Amino acid sequence: MIELAIFLPLIGGVIAGVFGTRMGDRASQLVTTVPMLIAATLSCYLLWDVGLQGNERTIQLFTWIDSGALELNWALRFDTLTAVMVFVVNVVSSMVHVYSIGYMSHDAHKPRFMAYLSLFTFFMLSLVTADNFVQMFFGWEGVGLMSYLLIGFWHDRPSANAAAIKAFVVNRVGDFGFMLGILGVFFVFGTLDFDAVFKAVPDVAGQSFEFLGMDVDILTTICLLLFIGAMGKSAQIGLHTWLPDAMEGPTPVSALIHAATMVTAGVFMVARLSPMFEFAPIALSVVVLIGGTTAFFAATIGLTQHDIKRVIAYSTCSQLGYMFFALGVGAYPAAIFHLMTHAFFKALLFLGAGSVIHGMDDEQDMRKMGGLFSKMKVTAVLMWIGSLALAGVPFFAGFYSKDMILESAFAAHTGLGMYAFWAGIAAALMTAFYSWRLLFLTFHGRTRADDHTFDHAHESPPVMIAPLLVLALGAVFSGYLAKEYFVGHDMNEFWGGSILMLHNIIEEAHHVPFWVKKLPILVGVIGIFAAFVMYILKPNWPAAFVARIRPVHTFVYNKWFFDELYDRVFVRPSFVLGRGLWKSGDGAVIDGVGPDGIAAATRNLAGRASRLQSGFVYHYAFAMLIGLVLLATWFLFGFFR
Amino acid sequence: MDIVSDIAVIRPELFVAIAGMVMLMFGAFRGESSTKFIYWLGVGVLVVAGVLVLAGPTGTSLAFNAQFVVDDFAVFVKVLLLIGAALALILAMPFNLREGIDQFEFPILIIFAVLGMMMMVSANDLMSLYLGIELQSLSLYVVAAIRRDTLRSSEAGLKYFVLGALSSGILLYGMSLVYGFAGTTNFEGLATLFAADSEASIGVVVGLVFIAAGLAFKVSAVPFHMWTPDVYEGAPTPVTAFFAVAPKIAAMALFVRVMLEPFGALVLEWQQVIWFISLASMLLGSFAAIVQTNIKRLMAYSSIGHMGFVLVGLAAGSEEGVTGILVYLTIYLFMNIGTFACILAMRRGGRMVEDIDSLAGLSKTNPMLAGALALFMFSMAGIPPLGGFFAKLFVFRAAINAELYVLAVVGLLTSVVGAFYYLRIIKVMYFDEAAEPFDKGLGREITVLVTVTVIVTTFFFIGLAPVLSGAEAAAAVLFAV
Repeated sequence: MIELAIFLPLIGGVIAGVFGTRMGDRASQLVTTVPMLIAATLSCYLLWDVGLQGNERTIQLFTWIDSGALELNWALRFDTLTAVMVFVVNVVSSMVHVYSIGYMSHDAHKPRFMAYLSLFTFFMLSLVTADNFVQMFFGWEGVGLMSYLLIGFWHDRPSANAAAIKAFVVNRVGDFGFMLGILGVFFVFGTLDFDAVFKAVPDVAGQSFEFLGMDVDILTTICLLLFIGAMGKSAQIGLHTWLPDAMEGPTPVSALIHAATMVTAGVFMVARLSPMFEFAPIALSVVVLIGGTTAFFAATIGLTQHDIKRVIAYSTCSQLGYMFFALGVGAYPAAIFHLMTHAFFKALLFLGAGSVIHGMDDEQDMRKMGGLFSKMKVTAVLMWIGSLALAGVPFFAGFYSKDMILESAFAAHTGLGMYAFWAGIAAALMTAFYSWRLLFLTFHGRTRADDHTFDHAHESPPVMIAPLLVLALGAVFSGYLAKEYFVGHDMNEFWGGSILMLHNIIEEAHHVPFWVKKLPILVGVIGIFAAFVMYILKPNWPAAFVARIRPVHTFVYNKWFFDELYDRVFVRPSFVLGRGLWKSGDGAVIDGVGPDGIAAATRNLAGRASRLQSGFVYHYAFAMLIGLVLLATWFLFGFFR
Repeated sequence: MDIVSDIAVIRPELFVAIAGMVMLMFGAFRGESSTKFIYWLGVGVLVVAGVLVLAGPTGTSLAFNAQFVVDDFAVFVKVLLLIGAALALILAMPFNLREGIDQFEFPILIIFAVLGMMMMVSANDLMSLYLGIELQSLSLYVVAAIRRDTLRSSEAGLKYFVLGALSSGILLYGMSLVYGFAGTTNFEGLATLFAADSEASIGVVVGLVFIAAGLAFKVSAVPFHMWTPDVYEGAPTPVTAFFAVAPKIAAMALFVRVMLEPFGALVLEWQQVIWFISLASMLLGSFAAIVQTNIKRLMAYSSIGHMGFVLVGLAAGSEEGVTGILVYLTIYLFMNIGTFACILAMRRGGRMVEDIDSLAGLSKTNPMLAGALALFMFSMAGIPPLGGFFAKLFVFRAAINAELYVLAVVGLLTSVVGAFYYLRIIKVMYFDEAAEPFDKGLGREITVLVTVTVIVTTFFFIGLAPVLSGAEAAAAVLFAV
């Protein structure tokens, strides 16, 4: 029964993918969306059953690989962590499915789009229900593939293709780390089943191996390799460059894949592997460092962008940073809590942005918006709710989860914990600022759109608004409703055995000083007020301010020059190397000596061989006699050998 | 041994000889108008001869003072060459009648050539061997030049005759040397002599080389192959088809018998010669074919290459090798008849065309013909599961087991080169810009022949087991002491 929650998206996706063009648009929308809605309902039940009733279970489906020491079963592991993820994935995905019916109404390839969405959902679900590393990797690669296909969905746009390839290649770097990590696990533990590995972890902790004359801790190495995979998927600093470009995909894709679900796979993975990371403190420190830095760094870039989707994309990157440093300090429940609330309000913001773009004839530049409140009131109100949740304004969802993370970081009482705390506070200030910058630039003030576009700007149809309402409910209430279970008194019963915490940092986080609890709210309010001043009261201040700090702004606006740096360091040398290997290596040496050379030699030989055939009888007779003499001679000499 | 039992042994040959003379008489009295009837009569004679061969005495029987032998090996090969000759005759009939080669002598000459071949296959003495070869060759010289009014056909016949005479001289000289040093011409006598005497004298060895050279001419092995492309190109196409099949099978069988029966004890000596001509044939057959533009010339080089592959089996000098040879010859027969049937269908505006380029776009203008020819080409290139693959498989396996690694490796490499020109024909047919279509209406005979050979080539693997067991039984005879 509950397996349906996993396999309905697969069935719908395959049907729409194979028969989509024959069934027609409406049928393929129905055949994907209805199963998704059923799956979403089932996953609500699943969360209640597993999380609240404590019915953890693992459903064995079939033996996948049985080769020597490697035996893998395809199994669905339903513990609380998985149930939360299945719930988030299915609910957001079903809303995005519904929304897409409206958003993609003018597109020529609706069946393909719906099929991709459903298949993505299936891969994401197999990732989160995995019972072993390889099954997780299957889902991991599957979502990567679907992400690639969806970013490049409009494949007639060169920029979309480039973005798709970029996402794929950057993820490959991360996946390589992940793969090495999996191989390391198999090498050290001899199995890839989560339970067996987790049981053996305490014995392996502290062991080391020699590498280049250094003693390296085994578990730390494996965890760091696995974390590289998480960094790639979750767009952490260094491997983040693909995420903003991924906004080339249709907006529902951005909402589902690049905000709510796939990018959180890294967070999920570290939480899932908490029994390993807990025994690798150095790896956890790295996670804190990366997470804190990403939270701060991405927020700065978010301040300066003009594309409405890019602002939200950097915001996503920044929020993922929060989740990671929460993981790093050991507050796994807080990270997953934020993952869930973030999924709701970020999907809401993206879909809201999509609604604006849809109503503005595909305009994404906020400099050409403004004053749209009167044109699309519902969307504007929903975007306000999303932003309030994102900024952590009290009683909205983000308030509970983000505060919990910051308090946990403070409660860690380590240098890195404090670093992450202050980075998080700074990021919270900037988050509030850019969120309201977005709102003010889009919905308020005088419009900067041309008359034609502004006159035609319109509210989106109900099929797009309804999912936004559902997500808005999540953005408002999910924090308040879930906080006791996720990070409160019922925490231990709720999580069961799905997360291991060697010491309960959440408990300590409840006892931090008063100012630590209130500081995030304060900076949030400051940020909102600053945005109000800059973009409503004194609209000419931002330009003047930017002119003052031109070099800093240029640096931040150009995304800290990460793309340019990578282009210089990796991309161009790769091109040079590739071109060299191609032209001189493959072309000149291998083709020249190999296929081409042999072919030329063969042709040459063939010409010579056929020239022997002169057509004169006496030549032929001569050849026969010479042949005879040669044979006889050879024979005699061979004979008297 | 009395004359009655001798005649019982040579019953098929006797029948063919008498039938040939009867046909000659018939033709002489009835004139050209009876040509078509004589063709069918010839086919009938070949069929009846086949039945007589199969109905002949089982086991090994000798006749006429052990000049003549009938054994499983002879029976197997005779059946093959009778099938080949009959198919070639059917193939020739519509073409010859249409092209004005309506002399009634043509089928009669074929019958006499077949008689010669049957004698070659059953020869058990150097003298009967020579008689068989000469009867066959003289018929073939005339057949090659049957089109007296065209220069190319006459030239082909003349070249074939001059070079054939030279090879006969070489052969005879070798025989006389062997007789001079061994004192006998009988195969069994020679075998006993060489088995007893471990050191063969130089004279015998030189004689052996000469005999081998003479026989190599008949199978057109390098360096005695030079006549092949010119004769194949010059002779009328059905004649070429016949040349490519029946004489090759007979000569190869004779080659195998001469090397393994009388000179079996000298295997280490002659193995080197066979090794060399096999290698040279494979190399030349594959490389020289690449630049050919005339499809009949291409087939000439192709057959030189095929003979090289067959000689690999002989070089192995083992029972397995001979089995491989017989399987190879069987499938070679059907592939070649089929290919030539397709070539005979290459007519445009009532004239034969022989350029490979004229096949361009055949897949569009005549998909069935293109499909059949493509199938034969794949088979010749040795692509499984077609017949040509099994042919190569068995000879190469024999070579590997006989530790002739160089031969096997070169054989495989030349197969690759050979695949190039076979596939080129397919490429021309399927991927080149369509040329003018060929004339419609292939004629019933060609359609039936192509269909039959396509079926045999494609489903050879189904009938592989009986062919293989027959070939094994035939090969075992040559190694029975």
